[in-house]
Amino acid sequence: MLGSYRAELLKLRKRSAVWVLFGAGLVLSLIFGYLLPYLGYATGDDNPQTDGVPRAEILRGMLPERVIDNTIGGYPIFAGALALVLGAIVIGGEYTWGTLKTVLTQRPGRGTILGAQFLALATTVALWVVGIFAACALCSVGIAAAENGSTAWPSIGNLLQGLAGGWLVLMMWCLAGAALAVAFRNVALPIGLGVVWILGIETLLAGVVSSLLPGLKWLANALPGSNAGSLVFTVTDMASSDAPPGVRDAVSGGRALLTLIGYCAVFTALAVWTTRRRDIT
Amino acid sequence: MDALVEVSGLTKRYGDTLAVDGVDLTVLPGEVYGFLGPNGAGKTTTLRILTGLIAPTSGTVRVLGGRPGQADVLRRTGSMIESPAFYPYLSGLDNLRLLAEYAGVARQRIDEVLELVDLADRAKDRFSTYSLGMKQRLGVAAALLKDPELVILDEPTNGLDPAGMRDMRRLIRELGTDGRTVLLSSHLLGEVQQICDRVGIINSGRMVAEHNVDELRGEQELVVRANPKDQAQAILTRFGSVHQYDDTLRVKVTPDRAAEVNRVLVEAGIAVSELRSTERALEDVFFELTATEEKADVG
Repeated sequence: MLGSYRAELLKLRKRSAVWVLFGAGLVLSLIFGYLLPYLGYATGDDNPQTDGVPRAEILRGMLPERVIDNTIGGYPIFAGALALVLGAIVIGGEYTWGTLKTVLTQRPGRGTILGAQFLALATTVALWVVGIFAACALCSVGIAAAENGSTAWPSIGNLLQGLAGGWLVLMMWCLAGAALAVAFRNVALPIGLGVVWILGIETLLAGVVSSLLPGLKWLANALPGSNAGSLVFTVTDMASSDAPPGVRDAVSGGRALLTLIGYCAVFTALAVWTTRRRDIT
Repeated sequence: MDALVEVSGLTKRYGDTLAVDGVDLTVLPGEVYGFLGPNGAGKTTTLRILTGLIAPTSGTVRVLGGRPGQADVLRRTGSMIESPAFYPYLSGLDNLRLLAEYAGVARQRIDEVLELVDLADRAKDRFSTYSLGMKQRLGVAAALLKDPELVILDEPTNGLDPAGMRDMRRLIRELGTDGRTVLLSSHLLGEVQQICDRVGIINSGRMVAEHNVDELRGEQELVVRANPKDQAQAILTRFGSVHQYDDTLRVKVTPDRAAEVNRVLVEAGIAVSELRSTERALEDVFFELTATEEKADVG
């Protein structure tokens, strides 16, 4: 298992698409978490971009105490979509390149190979989260120093809870991409379907249920995006009014945590079951 | 001698299509076994079953005493099934490195196999930049990485230039003499004739023959056109059985005795106007067997 894990890490480390996805996630977090708010803050109270929010409040949102909000605020939707693409390209690539047969005719069994792939993906996602956190932390320290703001940090417990919650959200989407890639033995279709689901269908469903079919609220609240948003909402200090898209107080944090773990287990089980049973043609 | 590969009544069905139909196949230790058949005959499907990539619909398959796909069987088997498939963004070296990680193979073995297939100079180039022949050689290197007892190669000379084909034939022959067992699938019959000890011929999913190459090609003969014919026939019986065919004599004797036959006839005062060996090429046998099968199918 350790050898297979090292092999999977080598593949991920040397694949430029993995770095491009990480870079996209990082840039999005920094632009929406720091660059745009700082431009709004720097251009003064009269700037319509601030939408009447006091400058002090904008500054507070960029200081170290809110670093977790800026690190994981985009995870339920935007970074989630990138994580889904990661899972789809890593697992689907094995089918499109035909490398699955090469790998499966080595020594480890199919379950072991897939386990190693998921473990390597989990490691990569953890490094993404830590990398984005480090970049956000640097920005917040820089802004605090430049604007004489507070350099108080969240407690270690809150930091760890926030980073772990963010990792779980990304991992759930990553495994969704991987399970779709196994199902379709492809890269493009899982990405298309997954991204449309994350960016469009869940939001549409939530809107339709809330306005037309309130009786189906339980269904909307069971969807992966709702629970991802709820977990992020719980582990950050955001208020509903300033939460980014996808982050909302739909269900309790505990329920969201269990639901996301359940989705991870289901996606993993489906991928392993299918891979073990299917002919590699 | 225990067979390394024992296949009995192997069948693989995809919906209504019978890809492999009751195939029996035996590969003995240390031999180079040629698995022949036209495109779509069921060769690759059978090899995929032997490597555990696909499950048979029915029949029994034993590879190295175990079930195909078992960890211990895979550890002792090296294979290249269909076209070589590697990660295009990695170098040849990195592709082998990660396969070595999966298989638990020491890194020094990577250098050995790269030298063996003459790819050491280009090992650090990306796989996507390789020519078809280089990809094929990397596939063979990967198959040999585990220093396996059984090597399964599916069309290993595909895409190679004549020199590459010659080197590959030499390599496969060396693998056989090295104590390894090689199961080689090909539709290049000349190649198989040169390097294989035994062959199995599959057509439309059914095994139509499994023999030594020489057995399959039949006994070799010398064709002699001589005058006077009766006197020549009497002399030629010393070398082997003789029969007349048109206006020639056919002697069951190996071609390496042609000079001796010629000398004896000339010393007896017989005029020899033609002396040549006749042997069926594997290609002739192959087309006979596969054509017979096709006729039977039509019938």
